[in-house]
Amino acid sequence: MLQIPCPHCGPRDEVEFSCGGEAHIARPKESDALSDAEWADYLFMRANPKGVLAERWCHTLGCRRWFNVERDTVSHEILRVYPMGEPRGGGSGA
Amino acid sequence: MSDPSLHQSPLATLHLGGRESEAAPDALVQLAERRAVGKLNLRADPANTALMQALETVLGYALPLAPNRTNGAGERGALWLGPDEWLVTVLSGQENALLEALSQAAAGHHAALSNVSDARIVLSLSGPRAREVLEKGCSLDLHPRAFQTGHCAQTRLARAAILLHQTDDAPAYDIHVAWSFAVYLWVWLEDAAAEYGLAVGDGE
Ligand SMILES: [Zn+2]
Repeated sequence: MLQIPCPHCGPRDEVEFSCGGEAHIARPKESDALSDAEWADYLFMRANPKGVLAERWCHTLGCRRWFNVERDTVSHEILRVYPMGEPRGGGSGA
Repeated sequence: MSDPSLHQSPLATLHLGGRESEAAPDALVQLAERRAVGKLNLRADPANTALMQALETVLGYALPLAPNRTNGAGERGALWLGPDEWLVTVLSGQENALLEALSQAAAGHHAALSNVSDARIVLSLSGPRAREVLEKGCSLDLHPRAFQTGHCAQTRLARAAILLHQTDDAPAYDIHVAWSFAVYLWVWLEDAAAEYGLAVGDGE
């Protein structure tokens, strides 16, 4: 089990959190104009890197706040926790 | 608003009333329901100092701004739930009066108030071995170096979502748990506390 450092509550067990998938995927502004392939790319395609991934997590059973996490998908090491809306910094990959 | 005369604890099915007089002279853990805690959920922006001041004037105390901290206890206090969210407790029966007063204080500001008194019940767990009982089902570090009187935390106890609040160094804790989980958690606590000796206290 991971221990995830909630920016408000400090380190808590993974079971208190929900993962919201990859972070920083902006909804296309004019979705009506997209082709099916472009829409499918937005909906379904994810970087899925072997390495550092930026993810959204919510402290569901605690303070119920969302935040971003940079996690290494190989070692599960959590490299950075930062607020929603803040652009991704550091790390490598998509 | 529910009719107070119809108000019944979810623990009624356990028929605890007949056990409150059971002699338990060596009990190292006490467990009871706090029946008189009204609860309001308050959302407000802590950066809005005019609003915070107006709310403090009504409450008579300041809302705790540090995460997982409380101000006051039992039937009069505020527990931090999030960076812009608190649980305000008040003596049962006074919920609507306080909600009305706080709503007036918040008029014109961006804020939200809800009476959530019946969403959860409050269990009072105390005694020299109360912390050991919690540690059987809670992954938080509850040692006094990490969790002390005046601290609160939303977490899990025996897989049930709870709001835990330490109210005394003795130690004593308030455990807020959803109505529908109350019987389950009570029975779990009784089992976990059995080895230390358990006294079932009067509901307050
Ligand atoms: Zn949290």
